Amino acid sequence: MKTAVIVFPASNCDRDAQVALRNTFGSEPIMVWHGDATMPAVDLIVIPGGFSYGDYLRSGAMAANSPIMREVVTQANRGVRVLGICNGFQILSEAGLLPGVLMRNANLKFICRDVWLRVERNDTAFTALYTQNSAIRIPIANHDGNYFADDDTLAGLNQDNLVAFRYCDEGGNVTDGANPNGSLENIAGIYNKNLNVLGMMPHPERLMEAELGGTDGRPMFQGLVEVLAA
Amino acid sequence: MDNSIKITPNIIAEHGLNAEEYALILDIMGREPNHTELGIFSVMWSEHCSYKSSKKWLKTLPTTAPWVICGPGENAGVIDIGDGKAVIFKMESHNHPSYIEPYQGAATGVGGIMRDVFTMGARPIANLNALRFGSIEHPKTRHLVAGVVSGIGGYGNCMGVPTVGGECEFDAAYNGNILVNAMTIGLAETDRIFYSAASGIGNPIVYVGAKTGRDGIHGATMASTEFNADTEEKRPTVQVGDPFTEKLLLEACMELMATDMIVGIQDMGAAGLTSSSFEMASKGGMGVELDLDMVPQREPDMTAYEMMLSESQERMLMVLKPDCEEAAKAIFDKWELDFSVVGRLTDTGHMVLRHKGQVVADLPIDPLAEASPEYDRPWVKTVAAKTAATVTGTVARQQPLEVLKALLATPDLASKRWIWEQYDHMVMADTVVRPGGDAAMVRVFGTNKGLASTSDCTPRYCFADPIQGGKQAVAEAWRNITATGATPLACTDNMNFGNPQKPEIMGQFVGCIDGMGQACIALDFPIVSGNVSLYNETEGKAILPTPVIGGVGIIDDISKCATIAFKDSDHILIVIGDTLGHVGQSLYMKLAEPDNKTTYAPPLVDLESERTNGDFVRQQILAGTVTACHDISGGGLLIAVAEMAMAGNIGVQLDPAFTEDGSINDWMFGEDQARYLLTTGPDNSQALLQAAQSAGVRAMCLGTTGGETISIDQHGQVALQDLRACHEGWMPEYMAI
Repeated sequence: MKTAVIVFPASNCDRDAQVALRNTFGSEPIMVWHGDATMPAVDLIVIPGGFSYGDYLRSGAMAANSPIMREVVTQANRGVRVLGICNGFQILSEAGLLPGVLMRNANLKFICRDVWLRVERNDTAFTALYTQNSAIRIPIANHDGNYFADDDTLAGLNQDNLVAFRYCDEGGNVTDGANPNGSLENIAGIYNKNLNVLGMMPHPERLMEAELGGTDGRPMFQGLVEVLAA
Repeated sequence: MDNSIKITPNIIAEHGLNAEEYALILDIMGREPNHTELGIFSVMWSEHCSYKSSKKWLKTLPTTAPWVICGPGENAGVIDIGDGKAVIFKMESHNHPSYIEPYQGAATGVGGIMRDVFTMGARPIANLNALRFGSIEHPKTRHLVAGVVSGIGGYGNCMGVPTVGGECEFDAAYNGNILVNAMTIGLAETDRIFYSAASGIGNPIVYVGAKTGRDGIHGATMASTEFNADTEEKRPTVQVGDPFTEKLLLEACMELMATDMIVGIQDMGAAGLTSSSFEMASKGGMGVELDLDMVPQREPDMTAYEMMLSESQERMLMVLKPDCEEAAKAIFDKWELDFSVVGRLTDTGHMVLRHKGQVVADLPIDPLAEASPEYDRPWVKTVAAKTAATVTGTVARQQPLEVLKALLATPDLASKRWIWEQYDHMVMADTVVRPGGDAAMVRVFGTNKGLASTSDCTPRYCFADPIQGGKQAVAEAWRNITATGATPLACTDNMNFGNPQKPEIMGQFVGCIDGMGQACIALDFPIVSGNVSLYNETEGKAILPTPVIGGVGIIDDISKCATIAFKDSDHILIVIGDTLGHVGQSLYMKLAEPDNKTTYAPPLVDLESERTNGDFVRQQILAGTVTACHDISGGGLLIAVAEMAMAGNIGVQLDPAFTEDGSINDWMFGEDQARYLLTTGPDNSQALLQAAQSAGVRAMCLGTTGGETISIDQHGQVALQDLRACHEGWMPEYMAI
């Protein structure tokens, strides 16, 4: 199995993603520079967090128009799994692979803290090792994590069951109090229609080891290993 | 601003140079300097760049140890942590600019200290910051807090370096001069450390990074004077930061440093191109020729004066080995950064600047850099406060748990979650201990080792007794690292004081240095880098003496690291060290008698018991007998107990055998030094108490963990959730107005 991490100028979770993939897949991911025109054939592409192009213009807007993203879109349309974390989610939505936008957090501040997420479905490559409707603890760290979509898009997401994670309390209850940033219907992550593209604001790659305070991020990568090997 | 400007006494004064200094300039030059040359002298001899008032005293600090690779004098200090790895760190102030323009001032402070660290070959792995603001009633305080915090976050978050720790306090003494001290810790290979000395006649001098604009001109001079009514007019001297460019600069430098092309490298910080070129040449005993037409410029028609004095951010100067320009340029092209050969090294010992075909300045290098003036400023010894305090009145008569609730909601002790949740403290995926504990801890990438870091100072102690205060700042940093189980290795100092031309201010400085030096020696905790910020005065009123200590330490195995949280019920809570109920200069006293202006004596720092108690605690942590550990500092014993309980969400029943002849509140909230709280499993407490006795360490059982309240035998109880509401509530409520 081959994996790749896309590196944009000022990506800053590229190494974290690299380590997470190395430790779960047991092989080195290919680090792909944004200026590269071709994309190596891989089974999983990770678009890491960070401040690609300094978040200038809009978070993710400039990265979405970089040459490598045309390749990512092509691969995604062929069914290759794509995981966008934080800035990666912003880039995927700007690139049109995922609907909706990430607006500035409702409190207008950067927020870094652990949050609870309810796993909405566990029949995808990304969530195979989670229990449906369970609450997992994963950190967020962003300024623009406030998910918004128009009514039709939102209805479509719900109808097609494309919401991956919702902010919830420790008991798995999706409440206003558990919503850290004003996201519509507490949405923390969504899939595309084919379920091969996931964008999420929280950082599963940051909680992979007990020494760092939690392991709830690990099943996502471990699950991908199993599904992609099958 | 060209060289046809005539040098008048007025212009000399505007450059912050006095008559003696100007006479010295005439002597060095053998002629009258032109305007560009005068500007260069003014920034190089500014307090900020030359340390002219502080050098004499800084030299007395202990700076060596077998593990110190490089002490003060370079961009940052370097220590050996084994396995071929070095830790490079420093703390630096950005006080004056942050008061004038809080967001940009704080952001560029963070950017500047990170450059100091990565210019030496280290990838930054942790940031800390020590913040001091004015009274919470002062009309500017909220605006300054909001701007500074968002500026620090804006820069550090984009750089992808976790901001893991720090401190934040409020006092009216900082109403007109806030303190923003930023610290960066980086990780390097011991065989790939880069220094700033230039060498090799004919070698190219290369400018990389952002273009030069007109921002920050005279920033260093501005930072070397007091504030007055026209402070607002100084806004143009504040630089504007671009963390995106700095992130690219970091990655480009890391890529270049993996090759073998660099002779010397230095960031362009205060006094920009001037100080970097002079310092590099001076350290290497070289001369320099610069062609200013080659300097990448952001604006048209910049003069030599403006280019040399600009403090535009995100720039580096380096000397490359011969014939490396092409290969080095390819790296910077990849990162879309400017790369320009701006000059060559010569053997003249002179700095010759050319602009538009003319020589616009010709200065001898050494007298400006290494041989800059050094003053022995007059000073008077601060009379150390001796008055012993007693707390009387309403608060003294309250039950200790009521006082606890009130103290937890005071600005100094309230949770600073509002601040640190705006900092990405987990990026790089190595954060072991997050903000809110004693020292923060990050894992050393690719290993099992942990690097502990902290920043500490208690300015009210320093004011009452500079020697004790200086000792205490060092001891507390050492203690915070010890409380994680790590071995403290070295520290950096950020000396924030008032006007050094006043003998009483110089006396505070001298006293603090004395105390710091004593503590550094007693604790084997040398100072390897530092920064001095003087003239923190507004209209003649100085800040409290604030020598902030940033410390680092190492633990070989992060799984052995202790944290402050209670881990389980039925663990035994033990206090290490003597609890005497010293309330002078305590936060309890500040709460109980806010209008009492008497300067009481601060707690004594007994360095011998600091050492003995700390070594004992560390030993016990590493032996695995300790389940939680916390140092006791501001607010005293009961505050530390509450912090441990809240962190673990487990209560505790206290049944202390405190000295009955004192008030229980003095005992609970006094700030005696050299103390720790720790817990052990139920079966280990007796062995630990015996071990303490054999080691000559005072240890006493305080109670047993469990439940959802803190109770004190015969003094009631309080629910953890009520305590948490007090502790977490203050800052968000204050900032929401």
